[in-house]
Amino acid sequence: MHLHDFWFLLIAVLWTGYFFLEGFDFGIGVLTKGLAKDRTERRVLINTIGPVWDGNEVWLITAAGATFAAFPDWYATLFSGFYLPFLAVLVCLIVRGVAFEYRHKRTGERWQRNWEHAIFWCSLLPAFLWGLVFADMVRGVPIGADKNFSGTVLDLITPYSLLGGLFTLVLFTFHGAVFAALKTEGEIRHRARSYATVLGMTAGVLALAFLGWTQAESGNGRSLAALVVSVAALALALVMNHAGREGWAFACSGVAIAAAFALVFLALFPDVLPSSVNPAWSLTVAESASSPYTLKIMTWVAVPLTPLIIGYQAWTYWVFRKRIGTRHIPAPAAH
Amino acid sequence: MNLAMAPETLARWQFGITTVYHFLFVPLTISLAAITAGLETAWIRTGKDKYFHATKFWGKLFLINIAMGVVTGIVQEFQFGMNWSDYSRFVGDVFGAPLAMEALLAFFFESTFIGLWIFGWDKLPKKIHCACIWIVAVGTILSSYFILAANSWMQHPIGYAIDKATGKARLTDIWAVLTQDTTLVVVFHTLTAAFLTGGAFVVGIASFHLWRAKRKQLKGEELGEKQRSQIGAMRASLRVGLVVAVIAGLGTALSGDSLGKVMFEQQPMKMAAAEALWDTQAPAPFSVFAVGDVSKGHNSVEIEVPGILSFLAHSNFTEAVPGINDVAAQEAERYGGKPEDYIPSIFMTFWGFRLMIGFGMTSFVAALIGLWTTRKKFWLAPEYRTGDNEVPRLMLTKTREMSPFFTTWSWRIGVLTMGFPLIANSFGWIFTEMGRQPWVVYGLMKTGDAVSPGVSQAEVLTSMGVFTLLYGVLAVVEVKLLVKYAKAGPDTDEEPPTRDPRLRLPSGGAGAERPEDADKPMTFAY
Repeated sequence: MHLHDFWFLLIAVLWTGYFFLEGFDFGIGVLTKGLAKDRTERRVLINTIGPVWDGNEVWLITAAGATFAAFPDWYATLFSGFYLPFLAVLVCLIVRGVAFEYRHKRTGERWQRNWEHAIFWCSLLPAFLWGLVFADMVRGVPIGADKNFSGTVLDLITPYSLLGGLFTLVLFTFHGAVFAALKTEGEIRHRARSYATVLGMTAGVLALAFLGWTQAESGNGRSLAALVVSVAALALALVMNHAGREGWAFACSGVAIAAAFALVFLALFPDVLPSSVNPAWSLTVAESASSPYTLKIMTWVAVPLTPLIIGYQAWTYWVFRKRIGTRHIPAPAAH
Repeated sequence: MNLAMAPETLARWQFGITTVYHFLFVPLTISLAAITAGLETAWIRTGKDKYFHATKFWGKLFLINIAMGVVTGIVQEFQFGMNWSDYSRFVGDVFGAPLAMEALLAFFFESTFIGLWIFGWDKLPKKIHCACIWIVAVGTILSSYFILAANSWMQHPIGYAIDKATGKARLTDIWAVLTQDTTLVVVFHTLTAAFLTGGAFVVGIASFHLWRAKRKQLKGEELGEKQRSQIGAMRASLRVGLVVAVIAGLGTALSGDSLGKVMFEQQPMKMAAAEALWDTQAPAPFSVFAVGDVSKGHNSVEIEVPGILSFLAHSNFTEAVPGINDVAAQEAERYGGKPEDYIPSIFMTFWGFRLMIGFGMTSFVAALIGLWTTRKKFWLAPEYRTGDNEVPRLMLTKTREMSPFFTTWSWRIGVLTMGFPLIANSFGWIFTEMGRQPWVVYGLMKTGDAVSPGVSQAEVLTSMGVFTLLYGVLAVVEVKLLVKYAKAGPDTDEEPPTRDPRLRLPSGGAGAERPEDADKPMTFAY
């Protein structure tokens, strides 16, 4: 395997890891309206991801940083071309992060309610936008001979990309509901399971539509396998959820997310960003990669560190493995 | 196109606004993480409640601050690609590597272990809990190292070659990038400045509490049990803050001097601009005050101290220091164009440099005086010594206390200079980044060639407006929260984990379940 192919794989792993982890963070954020019936239940949900959401988000920073280091052209064209969607994602991640940390710092009704609105909207919007961005990325956008994006933001909004956005939104929300069932106790846990059933079925339909469309347009043999795995994992997650096997359901919804993004990256390869204007202007793995020396250095850093990071993040989940219920939420006091 | 609305100008404004804003939180995060870690260690080693309460108190302010630092940091990483795509293409091979290392080595540490620290008071054994905040502190320092290595490469490119086929910079020696003089000195300077910032912050808030308590006593009011233990925690904090600020202030001055010497050699224009030194002079004077006229290429008013600039640049009082006009002529000859294309904003660099030094060193001197006057036993007559839970008397000599007037003002200055290092930091960055203009990578790429060609003026205006508005609102929210929590002082009613049944670890070690713990509420919850 060539070093730049390895780095394409590693970046795919980083993005997939990000969506696996922050997928349920976004889902929990969306479920704070609807699934949670009152403020205490909302706090139960938020606290299931309390100790981990920040660490989960670093997968995004690392994916972006690794793209910059390993594929500067990919990073440059993607981030400047998708300017407004990325701006919206940034604003949401800023407000959402501050909302988690500041919501409980004052006890006023309006203060808490405003931050709760922020948590909902700033989870929902990125969950949608990431699907839109990845749909556009796999299908291709107007890229000129100078490697720059030559379209406008309207070129990014198509029925296909909107479907992609809807798919990730519902998929992440399903993942969040399954996570909520796994991490909470009492009434909300059972409600989360019934929410998961509805969300999982919707996600299944959307998966067939969006992943099928992607497969038909830009797929290959390997991506077909990913499609099958993703849809099967979704179905299995639904079965496990129905049977009350919450750990297995969560593992399956995670596999469904991972396989869905594997499909996207397999369909993308050997391009990193296809040009919809002229295939010759597409950015490819080989041409947009950094020098072998840089990739070698980065490999020496990433290969030992990635398992270490996964190790200590897994330990965090072990430390906070206890289920949370309304009885564990302390009285609202500014602290 | 109107130059004020040119994509380059707009992108620079946005970068300036978001970066200066981000860097208000960074130095406080770096230093408060370490100070909190130090206080928790002191609590574990001594078992004294005042250290526990101080840990909790500064930890709260630290968390309010780091939340903003983390989220505004994401913008930094994204906007290289969003607004500076040609820059990203040109330097990605070199510049991307430290950024990716920063994420892998530093950000994961910070973000994962901060979660463990916030929520883990009752889940982790004391020492492991304390280790978590130390890991966060190390993470913040590693993070600053990698990002400053990347920035130093823009100031002084090294360890690269220009690829003949693509015309882009290609990394040839990562070790040179990570260990060059510029990187090491800048890291030292930035970290010491960060600790000066945190030291002054702690001193300011501790002074506020101590002086408030003292005023009450002077009015004849009786202090309660709680207020006395608050004084204990604040007095310990004051001394910690003063020691940190004095050591860090000294380090900032020394590293600043070294950095100046490195810059005189690597970017003579920046240092000539810092001094508004138009023509090469030997010996060169240090300018205290100057009003320059760029179009005429000289200053219309100035006050100088002879020989000092030669000393700052070369450690002797006679050697020549190159002037702005001469460096500009040299650069024009080497890179093409007119000499005035190579002159940065003299107003911003000259005054930025002075404000950086002025505000930073004022804090250092204030801390030095504070450290002396609030001493506990050293060279102090026994009758003037104060107990751990009392506000210290400000002692000038063994038996001479400051007059009431100066005492009042000393405490007030402690509070008022709290934000001085923040101002110094901001001007330091404005100076060093504007002083490098017109270059984005010194000698290799001009800022005007670095912007994203595909991003429209309307898009940049939108993002700049959105960030400015959002950051403005968040600044108000953040400062109000900080003030609220800082004024409230340490919650000295809170029982340390050893005595608080809520914080008691499950009997079987970390995490083992006991039936009676099933109902135990979370010790911290969002």
